[in-house]
Amino acid sequence: MPEALDTSAKKLPAGEPATVPVPVDAKAEKTRSLWSDAWHDLRRSPMFVISAVLIVLLLVMAAFPGLFTGASPRDADLSNHYLGAPNWSHFFQADWLGYDGQGRSIWARMVHGARASIIVSVGVTALVTILGTLVGVLAGYFGGWLDAILFRLTDVFSGIPFMLGAMVVLTTFAERTVWVVVLALAFLGWTTIARVARGSVITIKQADYVTAAKALGASTSRILFRHILPNAIAPVIVVATIALGGYIAAEATLSYLGIGLAEPTVSWGIDVSAGKDQLRNAPHVLMMPSVMVSITVLAFLMFGEAVRNALDPKMR
Amino acid sequence: MTIIDNTSAVPAPRADDGNSAPLLEVRDLHVEFHTRDGVARAVNGVNYTVDAGETLAVLGESGSGKSVTAQAIMGILDMPPGRIPQGEILFRGQDMLKMSAEDRRKIRGSKIAMIFQDALSSLNPVLTVGYQLGEMFRVHEGLSKKEAKAKAIELMDQVKIPAAAARVNDYPHQFSGGMRQRIMIAMALALEPDLIIADEPTTALDVTVQAQVMDLLAELQREYHMGLILITHDLGVVADVADKIAVMYAGRIVETAPVHELYKRPAHPYTRGLLDSIPRLDQKGQELYAIQGLPPNLLKIPTGCAFNPRCPKAQDICRTDTPPLYDVTERDGGALPGRRSACHFWKEQIHG
Repeated sequence: MPEALDTSAKKLPAGEPATVPVPVDAKAEKTRSLWSDAWHDLRRSPMFVISAVLIVLLLVMAAFPGLFTGASPRDADLSNHYLGAPNWSHFFQADWLGYDGQGRSIWARMVHGARASIIVSVGVTALVTILGTLVGVLAGYFGGWLDAILFRLTDVFSGIPFMLGAMVVLTTFAERTVWVVVLALAFLGWTTIARVARGSVITIKQADYVTAAKALGASTSRILFRHILPNAIAPVIVVATIALGGYIAAEATLSYLGIGLAEPTVSWGIDVSAGKDQLRNAPHVLMMPSVMVSITVLAFLMFGEAVRNALDPKMR
Repeated sequence: MTIIDNTSAVPAPRADDGNSAPLLEVRDLHVEFHTRDGVARAVNGVNYTVDAGETLAVLGESGSGKSVTAQAIMGILDMPPGRIPQGEILFRGQDMLKMSAEDRRKIRGSKIAMIFQDALSSLNPVLTVGYQLGEMFRVHEGLSKKEAKAKAIELMDQVKIPAAAARVNDYPHQFSGGMRQRIMIAMALALEPDLIIADEPTTALDVTVQAQVMDLLAELQREYHMGLILITHDLGVVADVADKIAVMYAGRIVETAPVHELYKRPAHPYTRGLLDSIPRLDQKGQELYAIQGLPPNLLKIPTGCAFNPRCPKAQDICRTDTPPLYDVTERDGGALPGRRSACHFWKEQIHG
């Protein structure tokens, strides 16, 4: 940087010193955008580190359950039926956390249940974010009758109680696979994101740099995707991350009620539902999957919170 | 096209057009805004022309319609609430108001570009300046990312940003105000437009930097032989760079004149008032003159001459008859080219 300073001094007319950049550590100064600032904050946030480790662990569990357990979640040996409380010393083995009413390894079911939860939550969040952002951006940017139509539609959808709506939608399907649940939840959940995106776009579209881009001949799509969206997306990401935890809980709730996922899919919600029948004899059958749901939801909520704090310094 | 090509073409600028229409001609432009309280008439019949290589300064208080006129020319007026009920904006003889949105977009940036007042808020905070400068070439000329970046560095050099190559990947907030305004100028210049509209380019800058930015703008304008419309309320900024001045009041042009003529002998009481309200060293200790009253409410512009309630010389006719833009002449009737005044008593003002 010292060389840069020298050349600048030569090139500039007298009186310029005010605008000569202060010599700073080039590396520290180089890439400080909103996102790099956020990343800088995030690495130092314990909440972020803990939640990120948990999330990575859960993702690995969902992708490669074999790494955590050799037992199959569907192997039922009725001779193990509710036999014995957890064998705490048998780490990661089939009988570590005991067996459920069908004589299946609880640990294996916990590990394999991660996949359904992760697919549902990530799938719903992805769909909701795409759909919600699209609706919000179109309504916010173009305004007028398009805004009126899209937002009356959003109002209609947000008027439907989420759980009740999900129950009604899901009961119409004979076979409820993971993807059916994803679609049903996304169908009902996009309105929050749409609202956030619309508000954010309306603010950003009045920014001078959007007018400037227009005045320099940028097309509508370029203005939308290069200038408005990157500036408007931060609140959307925050809401989406926090909502992700909520979708895990929603999936578990629906599965517990028997209208979410159904056997033979392995899901924590199904296991909680099964465990409630023997709550007094074998409480761990209900506790273990419940703990998994809680930890996962907590991890995503903490993650979302950390991201929000990093992206919006005013929230602190 | 390189800069060298461009300057060599200076002797016969735009000869290839085959018509003698001015670069930009605004004819009887009206702009109104429909608000809850009624119709605000922001621009009421503005006429002006700008030729290649010429600098027109549009002068006026806040709310005089100077920026709205510029936005109408650029086609970035928010419509609604804005509306252009009548008028023509001829760019090389073609009425831009009758063009399709797509045709107008193609003119923006490549033929007519604009420099904004606040460079920080006019640059996208999440993109590097190199990206934003390069975007001009990528969008309009289809250059690759790498070529566009090289061009961006070249442009930054041209607007005298020190260590351009090292700073091309910096974000707007990492530049000082003067440097940011240079980047805005570079963006406007990128495609070597025929006309640049600078909307108060130096208002957000401190006085020393103001002079540098104005010099740079004037230098680049000469180099590229561009037309320049300089919108400002600062009479000091105008004197050195402008060729002619149009003074606006309540959405109308009240006086036009070559720059030095206007300073020497204004032909409209409003211009006189503006000139008298410039602080001067030789009047140290005296009270500074100010034009009485406030700019008119655009929802109810006074009848007759809009300036009449504030004019020290107002007569009855000023309250009833709207003065046309009179041709101003010498006392003996000799022509004063380019001089016009919308005052019933221009003779008294200039000669009396």
